Amino acid sequence: MTVAAIKPKRVLPGFTLSLGTTLLYVALVILIPVIALILKGAQIGPAQFWAIVTSPRTFAALRVTVTAAALATIFNAFYGLLMAWVLTRYEFPGKRILDALMDIPFALPTAVAGISLTALYSANGWFGTYLAGTGIEVVYTLAGVTLAMAFTSTPFVVRAIQPVLEDLDPALEQAAMTLGASPWQIFRRVVLPAIFPAWLAGSTVAFARSLGEFGAVVFIAGNLPFKTEIAALLAFIRLEEYDYQGAAAIALVLLALALVLLILSNWLQFRSARHLEARS
Amino acid sequence: MSIAIENMTKSFGGTSVLRGIDLTVETGELVALLGPSGSGKTTLLKIIAGLEWPNSGGLNVNGQDWLGLAAQDRRIGFVFQHYALFPHMSVRDNIAFGLTVRPRAERPGKSVIAAKVEELLHFLQIDHLGDRYPAQLSGGQRQRVALGRALAIQPTVLLLDEPFGALDAAVRRDLRAWLRRVHEETGSTTIFVTHDQEEAFELADRVVVMGEGRIEQIGNADQIHDHPASPFVARFMGATIELPIMLSAGRAEAVGLDASRLPRRALPDGPATLFIRPADLTPVSDPSGRWQVSRCASNGAILRLELTDGAQTIPVDLPRRAPEAKGLERGVHVTLRPEAAAIFSGPRQMQTQAQTTEFARKEKSL
Repeated sequence: MTVAAIKPKRVLPGFTLSLGTTLLYVALVILIPVIALILKGAQIGPAQFWAIVTSPRTFAALRVTVTAAALATIFNAFYGLLMAWVLTRYEFPGKRILDALMDIPFALPTAVAGISLTALYSANGWFGTYLAGTGIEVVYTLAGVTLAMAFTSTPFVVRAIQPVLEDLDPALEQAAMTLGASPWQIFRRVVLPAIFPAWLAGSTVAFARSLGEFGAVVFIAGNLPFKTEIAALLAFIRLEEYDYQGAAAIALVLLALALVLLILSNWLQFRSARHLEARS
Repeated sequence: MSIAIENMTKSFGGTSVLRGIDLTVETGELVALLGPSGSGKTTLLKIIAGLEWPNSGGLNVNGQDWLGLAAQDRRIGFVFQHYALFPHMSVRDNIAFGLTVRPRAERPGKSVIAAKVEELLHFLQIDHLGDRYPAQLSGGQRQRVALGRALAIQPTVLLLDEPFGALDAAVRRDLRAWLRRVHEETGSTTIFVTHDQEEAFELADRVVVMGEGRIEQIGNADQIHDHPASPFVARFMGATIELPIMLSAGRAEAVGLDASRLPRRALPDGPATLFIRPADLTPVSDPSGRWQVSRCASNGAILRLELTDGAQTIPVDLPRRAPEAKGLERGVHVTLRPEAAAIFSGPRQMQTQAQTTEFARKEKSL
C-alpha cells in the first residue's frame, strides 16, 4: 500500500494569487521603468555620462538639489521629532486635529503647496512683506527650494517616529528616573536609542523624497540656471529638448543617490537593532 | 530606613484608589503588600517610589519628607513587574546605569563602576551573562538583572512590583528563596507587592492585606489565616463558603449545622455569617441531614464534593482516605461540621450585596 504524500494546507489561502499580483505590479510600475532608465543610461557610455553630469549647468543643478534636500532633511529631522514627541506625550485640546494636519503635505497636490508657499513668501505676500524688511529673501532662492522640500517631506519623519514613541514602555523611563537619571539623560540614553532606527529611516525617506521633489519646488524656486534650478527640473527640460541621454543621466544620478542612502540607512538600522533579536 | 505613611489618599479621575493608608515599615524589614488587583497596592508602592503622587497624606523616611523629593533624589531601588531593562544596553551597562548617570562630581571612576558591576554579577549568580542583551535572557535571568540594576545604587529602600508575576512556578520558588537571601545579605528595607498569598507569607516578615484602597489587616500567615479581621480578608484567604447563622451566647446555630468544633465567640446575639474554607468543612453522614451531596469527584488524593440544600450549593474538599469520606456519594444526606471558621455579625444578604457592588466598582475603574 502506498501512502500519498501529504500536501500541507496553508492557513491563509491565496498565497500564489496575491504574490503573483504583487510581483506583476512591482515589475510593471517599479522595475521596468527603472530598468529602462538604466538601459538608456548604459547606452551613453561612461565618458559621455561623466561629461553630461559634470557640465556646469547639470552639476550646479545637482548641487542645488542635494544642498537644499540636506538642509530640508536636517530641519525635518528635528521638527519632525519634536512634532512626534508633542503628539504622543501630551494631551491638549485640538490634538487630534493637529495629528490630522500632519498629513496635509501628503494629501495636498504638491503644485498647490508650491503656489501657496510662493504667494505667502513673495515680496508682497503675508510673510514676504515682513521678511523684506530684514533683507531675507525666500522666493527664487535656495531658501525657497529648501522650504518647499521641507514642507512636502515632514510627514515622513513624524509618522516614522510616532508609533515607536507610542509603543515605548513608560516603565523604561520610570526605571531610569528611580536610578537617578536627569530628564536629559533619560532622553539621551533611554528614549533616543529606542527611536533612533525609526528616526533615521524617516529622515532618509524624507531626503530621498526631497531629491525628487518637483511640483512644490518649481513654483517657488524661480528656476534660474546655476542658482535655483533643481535636477528634476533640468531632466524635464532635457526631455523637452528631445535630449533623452541628458535626461537619463541626471535621472540616474538622482536614483543612485537615493538608493545609496536607503541602503546605508537600512544597514545602520540593522546594526542598531541587532541586539533586540533573541539569540537563543 | 523606617518608612512612615500617614493617612494617604489618592484618586484617579473620580475613582478612589487609596482611602486613607497608615503604615510604618521598620528598618531592615521585609514587608509584602498583598491584595487582589484594584486594591491600590501598586499605587502605594509607586507613591513611595515617587512615580505617583498622593492627593493627601504624609510620607516620611527617616524623618525626611519624601513628598518634597523627586524620584531621582530618593535613591530607591525599584524593580518593575516586566523588568523594564534597557533593551539596547548589555547586562553590564544596565546594571551600571544608575552609577553612570550620577553628576560628574559624585560619579565613581570607570574602573570602580566596572568592579562594582562584576561584584553584583557574581552576587546575583549571573557572572556569565554580562555581555548579553536583555532580549537574549530568560525571564528569571532578566529579573536578576533588574534587581542588580536596582541594588547598584545602594538604595535606601528596595521596592518590588509583582517581582515574580511573569515567571513560571519553578522559577518563582527559586527566586523567592534567593530574594530572601539577597534581602538578608544587603540588610535593605524591602517592600514588595503581590497578589499571591503563598509568595507573600513565605517571603515577608509582615504581610499587609489591602482591599479597595484600605489596609484590611497586618500580620503574619497564622494570624491572617486563623483570625481574618474582616469578611474581605476571610474571602480573600479562601473562605468561599458563607452560611447564614444565628448567634446565641457566642455559639453558631443553623439547621443542618454542627458547630461543636467551633469555640465560643465574644459576639452579640443575632444574625451573623459564618465564613469557612472548603477544606475546613467536614460533611457527616446523617439520613435526616439538611444537605445532600449533588456531585462527587476525586483526583486521587482529594475528594471534591458539592453539597446543596436546595437554595445554596457549596464546595467541600476532604482527603479521600479520611474516615469521614467513607460512604459519601451522590444523593447521601449530610450535616455540616466546620472544623474552623470566622464569624462576622450581620446577615449574609447584606454582605453579598456589598460584594456585588464592590465588583461593579472595580470594573468601572478598569
